[in-house]
Amino acid sequence: MRIGLFATCLGDTLFPDAVKATAVLLARLGHEVVFPPEQTCCGQMHVNTGYQREPVPLVRGFAEQFGDAAIDAVVMPSGSCAGSVRHQHEIIAERYGDRALRAAVTTVKAKTYELSEFLVDVLGVTDVGAHFPHRVTYHPTCHSLRMLRVGDKPLRLLRAVDGIDLVELPEADSCCGFGGTFAVKNAATSSAMLHDKVGHITGTGADICTAGDSSCLMHIGGGLTRIKAGTRTLHLAQILAATRTAPYAPTEAVR
Amino acid sequence: MSRTFLGMPATPPRAPYGEGNLRGDAAFPRAAEGELRNEQLRRNLGRATHTIRAKRLAVTGELPDWEQLRDAGSALKTDTMNRLPELLEELERKVTERGGTVHWARDGVEANAIVARLIEATGSDEVIKVKSMATQEIGLNEHLESRGITPYETDLAELIVQLAHDKPSHILVPAIHRNRDEIRQIFLKEIPGVDPSLDAVPAHLAAAARAYLREKFMTTKVAVSGANFGVAETGTLSVVESEGNGRMCLTLPETLITVMGIEKVIPRYQDLEVFLQLLPRSSTGERMNPYTSMWTGVTPGDGPQEFHLVLLDNGRTAALADKVGRAALHCIRCSACLNVCPVYERAGGHAYGSTYPGPIGAVLTPQLAGMHAAKDDPNSSLPYASSLCGACFDACPVKIDIPSLLVELRHQKTEQSGTTPEKLAMKAAAGVMKRPKLYTAAQKAAGLGRVLGGRDGTISHLPPPFSGWSDSRDTPAPPRQSFRAWLASDEGAATLQGAADEGARQRAAAHDDPEEQR
Ligand code: SF4
Repeated sequence: MRIGLFATCLGDTLFPDAVKATAVLLARLGHEVVFPPEQTCCGQMHVNTGYQREPVPLVRGFAEQFGDAAIDAVVMPSGSCAGSVRHQHEIIAERYGDRALRAAVTTVKAKTYELSEFLVDVLGVTDVGAHFPHRVTYHPTCHSLRMLRVGDKPLRLLRAVDGIDLVELPEADSCCGFGGTFAVKNAATSSAMLHDKVGHITGTGADICTAGDSSCLMHIGGGLTRIKAGTRTLHLAQILAATRTAPYAPTEAVR
Repeated sequence: MSRTFLGMPATPPRAPYGEGNLRGDAAFPRAAEGELRNEQLRRNLGRATHTIRAKRLAVTGELPDWEQLRDAGSALKTDTMNRLPELLEELERKVTERGGTVHWARDGVEANAIVARLIEATGSDEVIKVKSMATQEIGLNEHLESRGITPYETDLAELIVQLAHDKPSHILVPAIHRNRDEIRQIFLKEIPGVDPSLDAVPAHLAAAARAYLREKFMTTKVAVSGANFGVAETGTLSVVESEGNGRMCLTLPETLITVMGIEKVIPRYQDLEVFLQLLPRSSTGERMNPYTSMWTGVTPGDGPQEFHLVLLDNGRTAALADKVGRAALHCIRCSACLNVCPVYERAGGHAYGSTYPGPIGAVLTPQLAGMHAAKDDPNSSLPYASSLCGACFDACPVKIDIPSLLVELRHQKTEQSGTTPEKLAMKAAAGVMKRPKLYTAAQKAAGLGRVLGGRDGTISHLPPPFSGWSDSRDTPAPPRQSFRAWLASDEGAATLQGAADEGARQRAAAHDDPEEQR
């Protein structure tokens, strides 16, 4: 398959290791990974903060970069960005776009996937040949869980990883408190939510807390390092990309 | 309904906003701060919401057709809103035919005046009250008191709130923020003639309230209630409750006055079969609530011999005008969204500043009472009081997509608020994001942000407006190289080639050894 990789602005700029792992994983599974070079951002932060005119060029840019019929599928290591493309781009195009944009958005939306649903639903694999001998707990991010409905797909992928010690996270489906600008606008409420999430994570004794969104992991990781917890965060793609020959080696700062 | 529009100015062409207890004193973030520090509140809320979540999941999960019931509830509400005027007129006709009197109130002020006038006409200076959101919304109790009429709340939790001179913090469990010891203190102080040795055993507290209320039930001639449903087809009103105190108010007095929001009308009697399954399971987590009262006009020799229905608009027509936001009017006040909301669980109901707290309050309040964003209205902070986690949408028995409504209202807020620093920043960000060259240059500059990071590569203090974030979270310093720079590098190309080769080797090996086949 010819896969268009959307790095997401956050992944491209702040968390490149998660995107690298996504590219490596898809290449290892035998697919051609292409990176449309003019891609930037899906506009989610704008829409979720109440700005719908400003992201019109971003929505258009995404559709132009990935609309190419030679790209079979658009894959991204983020549930919330996939949710934005699938659920918000149409609203923006409908309200502030033209007919061409509406058509382009509908086309690209139909082939857009978050990583775990692409692996399980489209490629039909759960065992991706990964090896990861660590204790891991999984936090299902809200948008992957309730917007995309990925269900237990990430867990099925994790359970098939060789050597992994997967432990259940209590109250897994409660929000970590990130919510984009929510964590800034309502910092105190967000902190209270983060506090409980971090408590549940450290309670599992896991070395690694994983998820499908770098944004939520940034939030959780920021809370974990603040209390100097022994648990670090790692994107799901980085676990699935690790093998015996190319094991996971932390290159970014511990977070 | 058309008469509601009489006398309204031609422009702007929309119905007026509602008034009453629909606006707090402070924006949500500030109002929440005090509540967040209230350990007692956090504990009570945490315990109560967790218990009720589990109960709700058990009784909704056991129904094989729960999702279809939700769809039916949603469809019935959509249909109702689409033809609200004709349904209300049908309801008025039926109630009148059966001996009741219908009053139309444009807003809270009119409704309060109507109710006070009706009570005064009976000669009574006291009323007993059934728990009601609508009368809380319009501040009826305060109005009656100003006219020398004493209202007695008869719902146990509502009574506690009233005796404590407090405000409810939950739709269904108004005193969720109080514990037993506090309730005992309130009773000792406020109930005349209460046994001074009263302890904090729940049954004893309930008995003390019962003794106090029984006397009110037996002697008060007028009752005021809300309504959960008003059936247009038959003129039947319905109240759903747990304690039976509502039933007392609805049957014992001579005069009954019901204040009902216009969105509570449902088309047919048979539609109750859907809502009477959805409501108790979603609200208290019970298969059926203990008391469901229904009455139609006046029945000679049985129950109140005078019945008045006050139909309340108070901003509902304004909300109806919004084709996205109007879905908030579908709400059946079950409170499931409050009970699953992580923000409500921490901040509590008072932070929303409105009769309607929690996720539904965050979308309903600004629509009923407006959010004058340019004037720093606390209501304009409500659509932002959510992480958009979506738990409310999943719980809602009539499938109100609250997260999408929040995003819509946020957009309306930014459209109203003119030029703000935030809007300029958003424009600037979009300006960079839409120009890939500029974006790449900005990424390189972000890489320079590494100097902000300490030795461990994290940033622990940020300036406002991000200082609230950095109070409890570290932020990683940007990495040396962006993904796209890596991909374009020799290292990137070699790594991807290596991965492709390894995959090919794995597949070839699996092919040779079927045992290994994945
Ligand atoms: S919005 Fe839905 S879940 Fe919330 S109180 Fe109303 S009906 Fe219940």
